[in-house]
Amino acid sequence: MSDDILVMRGITKRFAGVTALHEVSLTVRRGEIHAICGENGAGKSTLMKVLSGVHPHGTYDGDILFEGEPCAFDGIRDSERRGIVIIHQELALCGQLSVAENLFLGNERSRRGFIDWNRTNHEAQALLDRVGLRENPTTPVNDLGVGKQQLVEIAKALSKEVSLLILDEPTAALNDDDSQHLLDLLDGLRDEGITSVIISHKLGEVTRIADTVTVLRDGKTIETLPAKGLSEERIISGMVGRDLEHRFPPRTPDIGEEVLRIEDWTVHSPAQPDRVVVDNATLTLRRGEIVGLAGLMGAGRTELAMSVFGRSYGVGISGRVVKNGQEIDTRTVRGAIRHGLAYVSEDRKKYGLNLIEGVQRNVSAAALDKLANRGWVNENEEYTVAERFRKSMGIRTAAVSTPTGTLSGGNQQKVVLAKWMFTDPDVLILDEPTRGIDVGAKYEIYSIINDLAAQGRAVLVISSELPELLGLCDRVYALSEGRITGEVSREEATQERLMQFMTRGQSS
Amino acid sequence: MTTKTAPAPAAAPPARSRRFSINLRQSGIYVAFALIVVLFAVLTDGALLQPQNISNIIVQNSYVLILAIGMILVIIGGHIDLSVGSTVALTGAICAVLTVQWGLPWPVAVLLTLLSGALIGAAQGYWIAYFGIPAFIVTLAGMLVFRALTLTTLGNQGIGPFPDEIRSLANGFTGGYLGNIGLGPLGGADLVSLLAGLAFVVGFALSQWRKRAARLGYGQVVEPMPVFVLKIVGVGVVVMAVVVQLARFRNLPWVLVLLAALALGYSLMAGNSVFGRHIYSIGGNLQAATLSGVKVKAVTFWVFVNMGALAALAGVIFAGRLNQAGPTAGMSFELDAIAAAFIGGAAVQGGVGKVVGAITGGLIMGVINNGMSLIGAPSERVMLVKGLVLLAAVAYDVWTKRRA
Repeated sequence: MSDDILVMRGITKRFAGVTALHEVSLTVRRGEIHAICGENGAGKSTLMKVLSGVHPHGTYDGDILFEGEPCAFDGIRDSERRGIVIIHQELALCGQLSVAENLFLGNERSRRGFIDWNRTNHEAQALLDRVGLRENPTTPVNDLGVGKQQLVEIAKALSKEVSLLILDEPTAALNDDDSQHLLDLLDGLRDEGITSVIISHKLGEVTRIADTVTVLRDGKTIETLPAKGLSEERIISGMVGRDLEHRFPPRTPDIGEEVLRIEDWTVHSPAQPDRVVVDNATLTLRRGEIVGLAGLMGAGRTELAMSVFGRSYGVGISGRVVKNGQEIDTRTVRGAIRHGLAYVSEDRKKYGLNLIEGVQRNVSAAALDKLANRGWVNENEEYTVAERFRKSMGIRTAAVSTPTGTLSGGNQQKVVLAKWMFTDPDVLILDEPTRGIDVGAKYEIYSIINDLAAQGRAVLVISSELPELLGLCDRVYALSEGRITGEVSREEATQERLMQFMTRGQSS
Repeated sequence: MTTKTAPAPAAAPPARSRRFSINLRQSGIYVAFALIVVLFAVLTDGALLQPQNISNIIVQNSYVLILAIGMILVIIGGHIDLSVGSTVALTGAICAVLTVQWGLPWPVAVLLTLLSGALIGAAQGYWIAYFGIPAFIVTLAGMLVFRALTLTTLGNQGIGPFPDEIRSLANGFTGGYLGNIGLGPLGGADLVSLLAGLAFVVGFALSQWRKRAARLGYGQVVEPMPVFVLKIVGVGVVVMAVVVQLARFRNLPWVLVLLAALALGYSLMAGNSVFGRHIYSIGGNLQAATLSGVKVKAVTFWVFVNMGALAALAGVIFAGRLNQAGPTAGMSFELDAIAAAFIGGAAVQGGVGKVVGAITGGLIMGVINNGMSLIGAPSERVMLVKGLVLLAAVAYDVWTKRRA
C-alpha cells in the first residue's frame, strides 16, 4: 500500500459557467493532519464536496484515488462506505433527539426493524468515551453546548469506521477551551491511524496541529507545504497572493468625551430566571474610541449587548444606560435606535439580513422612515442610498437588487454595516464582526470600523479572536461569567493578560 | 501610510449586468394566464370571451379575489389564514341581521359589518401577534368558531332579501349616463364604460412613464423603450378589450370598479408604504426585522385586522349576490384564496408575493372554473385540474428559485 491515502488529480468543477475548481490537485498522506487554507470562495468546500460525493461523479473532471483505487462516488453514502466522513460547518444534528439517537441516525442499531435501545446506548457510551465527552447518551443534543455538539459529530463519524475525516471549519463556533479539546482529540485520532483533513481560517491552529498545509486560491492549488516551522504570515501570503505585513489598517485614534455609559447592568437568563447572565457590569465608551469586549463563550458578551439594545435578550434586567450624561430609554429596539445605538449581530444570516432581498431593501431596513414621506417610501432615494453604500464600502454585488443571500460573507457583513451606518448611530456594537470572513475582507471591515471611529462614533467590538481585539481596539474590557473582570488599555494589552481576566472569577 | 502591501479595499467593480433582464419567476404567471385564456377561448369556440361570460367571470370570482388581496399580505408576512371562509359567512349573516331584521340604512350596516370583520381579525391577530400562537392554529380554531357563530346568528336558516343597493354592489352594473356609442360591427357600447376604461389606461401609462422618468433621473436601470412601450400597449389592449366587451353587455360591474380600486390601493400600499415594506421584511427574516426596530407584533396584528375587514367586504358581496345570508356561505373560500396567492407567486416561507400576482392567480382559477364548465366538464375534473395547476405553479416557483 502506498503512503498516500488520498490523491486527487486535475479536479475541475464548473457551476453554470463559473469555474469553481480549476485542475486542483491534493495529496494526503496516511495518518497525517492535512490543513486546507484559502480565502472564502477559494474552492475549499467545493473540493471537499467533490471528494465526499455531494457533487457526484460525472459532474466534475479529474480523478480521485482513495487507498490507491479510483473512486466514483454517487453520493455521500458511497463515500461514507469507503470510510470518508465529512463534518460540515453547520452541524447536522437533530436537537430534539438524544445523543445516542443522533450517533446512529441513518445507521440505526436495530433488530428486525425495531431499534435495539440497549445496544444503541451501550455503543454510544463507548463512542462518547472515545471522544472524551462525559455526557449521558440519552441527553437531548439541544442540552449540549456547541463544543460538545461538535464532539458528538466526531463520535458519529467514528461510528462509521472512518479512515479519512474531513472537518469544515470545526472550531469556528468554539471558544478557546473547546477548540483546544477538539484539536487534542484530532491529535489522538491521528495516533490511532485516522487521517484528517481540516479546513480552517484559524491559522494559529493550523500551524499548531497540521502536518501539511495546502493553500488554495481562486480555485487553484497554489502550494503544499510541510507545516513544521511554517509561519502564519507565510500561509497568508499564499492565500492572498501577496504579502500581508499589516493585518490591521493604520489608525490614529482621536478620542473625545464619554458618549455612553452602561451602569450596574444585570441580566437574567430567560430560560432560568434565577440565573444571572450579566452581573452588575459597568462600562463606558468615548467618542471616536474603539473598545473591545473579550470573553470566553458563555461569558455573557452577546447577552450584554442584546439586552442593552432594546431588551432583545434576557429577563429581570436592571441598570442604567446613560448617553451624554442623560439616562436614555432603550427598552425597545426602536428606542435604542432613536437614541443612536446600533447593534450588528454575530449571526448576520439569522439576525442581520433579509436574504431574499437585495442590498437596497436591506440597507434601508432599520431607517425606512428616513426615506419616507407620510408613510410612503421613496424608492428612488432608497436606490441612491444603496448605490452610495455599494460604492463607498466596496460591496461586490451584480446589482443592488440582487438577493443578499447570494453574496459572500464579507460582502454580507458590509451590507449589515451599511444598514446601521444609514441610521447614523453614535454608538455601534459590533458582535463578532469578522466571523467567517476571509483575510482580505477582514481588512476591509477593519478599515470601515476605523472610519466609523474617525467620524466620532464610539464602537464596541465583541470578538473571540484576541489578536483582533489587540490590533483594533483602544481599550479592552474582559468579561467572565457575566462580570467585568478587567479593563486594559491598548498599551498594556497582551493576549496572556486578557486571558487571565477572561478566566478569572471561577475561583473567587 | 504603509498600506501598499495590504489588500487594498478595492472599489466594487461596475455592476456587471447594467442591462435590464426580464424576471422569469415574476412574469411567468402572466404568461401562464394568457396561455390559459387562449386555450379555453379555443376550446369553447370563443364563448369564454363573449361579453356576458367575461362579466360573469368577474362577478363570480370577485369575493375570492378580494380575499386573495388580504391573503397575499398575510402570506407575505409569513402567516396563513384558514378562517376567512367562516368569516365571510359570519359577516354576511351580521349584514343580513343589521339590514333585514334591524332595518338599518345600508351604508351604516355595511360599515358596521366591515367593523365587525376587523374585530374578528383583531381577535385572531391578538393571539397570533401578541400571544405567539401559530396562525395556522389560531385561524383553524377561528374557522370552527366563526362557522358556529354563523349558525347561531342565522338559526340554521337563510336571511334575506337584501336591500337593492347591496345587491347591486354585488350584482349590478354602472348606469348608461351618457348613452351608447356605435362601434361598427361590434354594435352599440356604453360610453361611460369606454371612457372609464380609457381613463384607466391613460392613467396607467402616465404613471408608468413618470416612474420610468424618475428612475432614469436617479440613474437606475430601466426596461428598454421597446419593452416599456410593449408593456403599456399590452396592458392597454387587454384592458380595453375587456372594457369594450363589458360595455357591449351591461356596462361595468360595480364589483369590478371596487376591485380595481382595491387592487390599485393595496398594490401601492404593499410596494411603497412603510407599513407594506415592513410586512415584507417580517416575512423575509423575522429576527432581522425585530432587531431593525420593526414593530413586528403591531404589523402582524394589523395585517390580520385588514384580512378580517376584507373578508367582511367579501361576505357582504357574497350575501348580496345570493340575496341571502346562508349558513354554508363561504365554504372552502379560504382554500381558493390561499391557492390564488400561491399560484400568483407567493412563497411558503413568506417575504415574497405581489397583490397583482394574487389577483392573477385568482383569475387563473376563475377562468379554469368557467372554461371547464362551458365545455361541460364534470366538477370532479375541474377540481383535479385546479389542484394540478396549484402544484405546477409552486413547482415552477421552486424550480426557478433553484436555478437562480
